[in-house]
Amino acid sequence: MSGCTVLQNERPHMTLGILFRVPLKRHHLPAFVEQPTLFGGTERKRDHCRLQTGTMQFSGRKRRIITNSQTEVYGHTVQFYGQPPLENISLSEFETFAVERLKLLKTVENLGVSHVKLSEPYTQKLEKEFKALNFPYRPENEDRKSQTGPSEQEKRRKDHISHFILRLAYCQTEDLRRWFIQQEVDLFRFRFHILHSKQKLELLHRNNLEYDAISAEEKTTLREKLINSSYGVSGITLEEQDFYKVPFQDALDLVRTRKVYLKAGYAYIPHQDIVTIVLNDFRTRLSKALALTARSLPAVQSDERLQPLLNHLSHAYVGQDYSIQKNVGKISLEQIDPLSGKSFPLCMRQLHQSLRENHHLRHGGRMQYGLFLKGIGLSLEQALQFWRSEFIRGKVDADKFDKQYAYSIRHMFGKEGKRTDYTPYSCMKVILSNAPSQGDHHGCPFRHSDPELLKQKLQFYKVSPSGISQILELVKGMHYQLACQKYFELTHNIEDASFSLNHPNQYFIESQKVLNGGKEIKRETDTPQRSQDKSAARGSREATANAPQALAEMTEDLDFFFQDA
Amino acid sequence: MPSSDYDPASLPDLLPLYYRRLFPFSQYYRWLNYGGVHKNYFQNREFSFTLKDDIYVRYQSFSTQADLEKEMQKMNPYKIDIGAIYSHRPNQHNTVKSGTFQALEKELVFDIDMTDYDDVRSCCSAADICSKCWTLMTIAIKILDRALREDFGFQHLLWVYSGRRGVHCWVCDEAARKLSVAARSAVAEYLSLVKGGDETVKKVVLNDPIHPLIRESLTVVEHYFPRYALQDQDILGRKDSVNKVLGLVPEDVRKELQQRFQNERKPETRWALIEGQAEKKQATAKKGQYFEKEIMLQYCYPRLDVNVSKGVNHLLKSPFSVHPKTGRISVPMDLKDLDTFDPFAVPTISMICEELDRSRAGEEEEKSEDTKEKEEETAAAEKRKIRDYKRTSLAKYVKYFDQFLDGIAQSWKGELIRKNDLKKEF
Repeated sequence: MSGCTVLQNERPHMTLGILFRVPLKRHHLPAFVEQPTLFGGTERKRDHCRLQTGTMQFSGRKRRIITNSQTEVYGHTVQFYGQPPLENISLSEFETFAVERLKLLKTVENLGVSHVKLSEPYTQKLEKEFKALNFPYRPENEDRKSQTGPSEQEKRRKDHISHFILRLAYCQTEDLRRWFIQQEVDLFRFRFHILHSKQKLELLHRNNLEYDAISAEEKTTLREKLINSSYGVSGITLEEQDFYKVPFQDALDLVRTRKVYLKAGYAYIPHQDIVTIVLNDFRTRLSKALALTARSLPAVQSDERLQPLLNHLSHAYVGQDYSIQKNVGKISLEQIDPLSGKSFPLCMRQLHQSLRENHHLRHGGRMQYGLFLKGIGLSLEQALQFWRSEFIRGKVDADKFDKQYAYSIRHMFGKEGKRTDYTPYSCMKVILSNAPSQGDHHGCPFRHSDPELLKQKLQFYKVSPSGISQILELVKGMHYQLACQKYFELTHNIEDASFSLNHPNQYFIESQKVLNGGKEIKRETDTPQRSQDKSAARGSREATANAPQALAEMTEDLDFFFQDA
Repeated sequence: MPSSDYDPASLPDLLPLYYRRLFPFSQYYRWLNYGGVHKNYFQNREFSFTLKDDIYVRYQSFSTQADLEKEMQKMNPYKIDIGAIYSHRPNQHNTVKSGTFQALEKELVFDIDMTDYDDVRSCCSAADICSKCWTLMTIAIKILDRALREDFGFQHLLWVYSGRRGVHCWVCDEAARKLSVAARSAVAEYLSLVKGGDETVKKVVLNDPIHPLIRESLTVVEHYFPRYALQDQDILGRKDSVNKVLGLVPEDVRKELQQRFQNERKPETRWALIEGQAEKKQATAKKGQYFEKEIMLQYCYPRLDVNVSKGVNHLLKSPFSVHPKTGRISVPMDLKDLDTFDPFAVPTISMICEELDRSRAGEEEEKSEDTKEKEEETAAAEKRKIRDYKRTSLAKYVKYFDQFLDGIAQSWKGELIRKNDLKKEF
């Protein structure tokens, strides 16, 4: 990082144009912004402090046309984020924007788990969060400058800039990209959903998204099939509705859920579902843009003010990951049986039980349970011993175990293959990904069991009838994590758990806390993750000794926020 | 019926012969080279071999057909898997910067395995199959083949018997090979109806309206259901299996059916009673009541391993690989004869090697009558190999594979002409 200088100024600024090298070749974008190049555009604004990197200084294109009158750029509440922001912004604004958008995305994620997307409570809660954080969502207030808060234009600017900042933080790995895209798509879905249909069309038009409707004759020929493949389309509404024919790849969400008619590779989409294609388009563009951003990242990372911030932002999304444990090896194999009854969440208890019964677990179960055990402190040697002793009681002999299964256990501990130290699965992952199929026992019992079986199981575990009905009510409302938390409260005899459950390992730690009288597992005084976070924060603070104090405070806030979440 | 003539211990002796004289290398290469339309398509393809004692070697790749032949004859793999086409040659994957070595394309594949049906078949379990439960595979192929062709517009589908207890499907259309991970998983989920593990009793739930895919699939299932489920599997005969079926109907209907079943033993009549109840329910209920259809689907609808289809880089056992446990060759299936396809009639490696030996005696005599000059040509070796497999029961499967390749060659011919035209234009 030699030759990197930060020009001192009392209000440090970032020149955003230099951060985003997104080629703007797409024909449908307004042509008034020339492709910003790295370090282009820094020249004109000599009055502002900016970043210069020694040798490459001003090597970019010098001529640039800037006509981003704000109304042009922010003509609509909902943006496709086609062009990056180019203005200068203060570092503190940069940080605030980033953190607030991250909060917004976190809310999107959490609401998506506990509510049906776009349901009444979901929209209400999300609207509230938009208001609280001053992000734009409803076009009505466009011209009405609210007396208290920032204007609509300011909100849109914030929306725009913050999105691009997080792109920087979330382009680095596949996992981060996936998370970011998912939340941004949900965010977009929500905002698109609350638009009036006229506004939707206007938005599509503005972004050159137009689709071909099928002819009336074709509609008549396919009548029966169209009605039977689309929800909310009946014989009467069919007449009035336009259907669009697009390659099935452009409507994957509808294909996946079988909510569209497919013929010869084309999906026939009723007008009401057009959001799917729009979302798909949004997702594709974002995904491509992130890949490009990742490529130009080294240049961005050379800014020593940004690197710790970006890293911190991107680490924040997972919350605690329960991967590094101080208590490795402090749990003995004999303890697992009693612990599974007392302190394991239902999903792990179920896995443990079926492992003991069948002396085997399929891949999905081995991963979910194996990583959980690793998280509570089993060492690699113990894990190998644990799985081997159980498997060889079944159909697998020791030799076969060593050949076929030991590898995957060492793999889990990062000792094979690409040597990733895998982290235990969070509730979200257990609930959303890799649903169990025939022969599997993994997954979330609250999500993946028949209510009748769940009821029996809870009865067997001596949960009171009133407790069971409370749990089943939560399950019915798809609040699986809350159902699990209720189960925790009932089995630990506490009124109201003081945490919000989002990880099986968290369940375990909290359970141990309760059972051992307010303390954590005997030899622990602090949750390992928290101390890890602290040291990470400390590390980043040391690294940024020269950076503005605000940054350190900010990262601390972030710690606080995500510990809370 | 059982493949008792095959002894797994003989595999090390048979494999060299198989790879030297019987494995259809030229067709195999013709397939994976896809007409050479895209540069390095074959060269960047991952193969992985399972060798003796379960030694597993990934990221093998070959520059030419001869190279592939030579290596296979040297290593004599117990099992061959095919992976994706990568951005670089897989055997050099360690030499490129990490992150740049990426899986780009692969056929869209499906894996249907009989073990996934264990909760609904009573004849066998786990790795065992019999002619009774094989019907499940027939149903699965019919349903998926129709959907992939008619709904998704794919044309070049290669169905392959896995050699033991299941079937694979390779969708070879160019559009299919280029599908993203998200698109693959969407296709697989579109086709999946049976959901849930051991903790779920009712694995198929239908809602209004019933999608055309389900209607089409039901016509296939309805055709096989009486014979397969009611007679062969006898799902309404034994008490425990009756209870299992009744576990899938609404509670009030269950009680009534239990009573009426006491005087009625015949499975067909029992099923008629269930259908009658369903009809009655449908007439009165506001929401869709489809439990009789749900039962049929839960018992017969194809069960896919979604994870195999999803990943571009997922490996799948190659056609013409040998199944080390049964010795059977993984052969392409001609869907024209699907209803009569008998997995137990699929040749084992010991069988075809024996056929090769046996016919040699007769061959010598034939040869004297044959024109001798042909023998002396330099391509004789190649020709001999072609004739070799033709003398065995592998022949008809290779012939079908040839037909399949002729079909797909039409598509790459078009592609090549287009490419050449483009070149001329500039």
